[in-house]
Amino acid sequence: MSGSAIMLMVLSLAVVWGGLLASILALRARPERADFPAGGTDDHREDEAIPERDT
Amino acid sequence: MSTSTTDTSPPREQFTGQVGFILSAIGSAVGLGNIWRFPGVAYENGGGAFLVPYVIALLTAGIPILFLDYALGHRFRGGPPTVFRRVRKWLESLGWFQVMICFVIAIYYAAIIGWALSFFVYSFTLKWGDDTAGFFTGDYLQLADTAGGSAWFTLDFVPAVLIPLVLVWVAAIAVLVAGIAKGIEKANVVFLPLLVVAFGVLVVRAIFLDGATDGLNALFTPDWSALGDMNVWIAAYGQIFFSLSIAFGIMITYSSYRKRRANLTSPGLVVAFSNSGFEMLAGIGVFSALGFLAHEQGVAVGDLEGITGPILSFVTFPAVVSQMPAGPLFGALFFGSLAMAGFTSLISILQVVAAGFQEKFGLTRRRAVLWIGIVAAVLSVVGFSTTTGLIALDTIDNWSNNVGIVASAVLMCVFLVWLLRTSPELRYHLNAVSTFSVGRWWYVCIGAIVPAVLAYMLISRIVDLVQNGYEGYDETYLLYAGWGTLVVLVVGSVVLTLPRWRRDPDDFVAWPTYPPVTASATTKEEAR
Repeated sequence: MSGSAIMLMVLSLAVVWGGLLASILALRARPERADFPAGGTDDHREDEAIPERDT
Repeated sequence: MSTSTTDTSPPREQFTGQVGFILSAIGSAVGLGNIWRFPGVAYENGGGAFLVPYVIALLTAGIPILFLDYALGHRFRGGPPTVFRRVRKWLESLGWFQVMICFVIAIYYAAIIGWALSFFVYSFTLKWGDDTAGFFTGDYLQLADTAGGSAWFTLDFVPAVLIPLVLVWVAAIAVLVAGIAKGIEKANVVFLPLLVVAFGVLVVRAIFLDGATDGLNALFTPDWSALGDMNVWIAAYGQIFFSLSIAFGIMITYSSYRKRRANLTSPGLVVAFSNSGFEMLAGIGVFSALGFLAHEQGVAVGDLEGITGPILSFVTFPAVVSQMPAGPLFGALFFGSLAMAGFTSLISILQVVAAGFQEKFGLTRRRAVLWIGIVAAVLSVVGFSTTTGLIALDTIDNWSNNVGIVASAVLMCVFLVWLLRTSPELRYHLNAVSTFSVGRWWYVCIGAIVPAVLAYMLISRIVDLVQNGYEGYDETYLLYAGWGTLVVLVVGSVVLTLPRWRRDPDDFVAWPTYPPVTASATTKEEAR
């Protein structure tokens, strides 16, 4: 392989897989927020009627 | 009469958690395009230099639209019709347009997975012999000789294609009937790691084949002059756009099955980079194998034909496998990977359709899946397990992807950002629940860069199709199968908007309220 091809291969992998590694580490460091706006509990209210239409 | 009130399962299904969602979203994004499209596209558009437009496209188009899809699905909690209806009543048709695209794609996508299953079995005996091209189109697909005067559409079924196709549909329906957590998530938890391992083994083996370095040389040697070519940039945006499964409802639907207090953007970054990471892996594996094939045939890598699409997978790759040491094993790994990558994408495509019908017509999951699955399976078998299946697939794929999905994305961006100005609300939503904060750059991406690039792609594609036709196929055939697909998408999206909702989708308050504290939002909340 030529020097430029090797360099580009290493660079491509570093950017894409590096990005993957960084995003995984960032997510592991802070998987969820600690603070949310009020509300937002899953009460399923908007979906409750759906199963009852089955005849 | 109502009979199923005893159903005690939680009404809106949910992924069991972050990992299940991420795996499912990656399973959806990683599909056939990653394996057979990316390597050839990169090679033809500047080789190593393609990295530059590719990464820029990922950051300015792929990730921003992925976030847009996540925000829509998660905030408005439904499949595309429910979501767009909740944004504005008249936007419901756009949701059905996306559902129709998914329906059409599922019908032919399943056929390719069926082919991969057949070739998985053929791998063990290297059944394709020396003439792999003749085997694929002749012995296997029994392609009709349209150039020699055969009809462009026949109902001559080919059992070897039909049987695996039926199996794919049975499996897909079974997974969808089982539900989000017990079906889709479980299938991805099993198949995705298996895919990565199987494909990883294949790639590592390929790197050590004779001539592999010539292939990698061909793929990564940069042609910097390509960066000045507009078409290379369009190719990069196209690759990112098609490979991430964005803008036609899948990511909207999946994110609607996350709990409300769920992180969106950080998992989104993992999904986007995983998709590109897998593409890189595929690029290395495919070009190592191509280098080996060129070495065996005593030609240069640049002289090889069939380096993308179905021909790469079903004609070129079998030739590689035949010449490899332990060929049957690696053939099985390759076609097994192809089938798994395709299957995890197929179930995500079908879930969009199932969710749309389930929500609008008040169906149970089982009923929606069975009805849609059976109708789609029948259409799929009739259209694609015959001697003219390959032609139909090629044509419908071109129109539904290059025209349908691109139009869907342009419309989505223009309506949401420019006409309805919902992007601040969606950005607020993303930032209220996520750990990775989305800045104002997002508006520029989804409001200017994406619609501009995609509108250019769309218009130039339509002009090209009108002027030059497609692949030299018969004009009347293209009128029905190609432009007809577009008519079906549009008519379907209008017709499906018309019936009344079994349950008022507008009886819904988005959380968190936007703008954060206003009189109107509080009154609405109190009125409940």
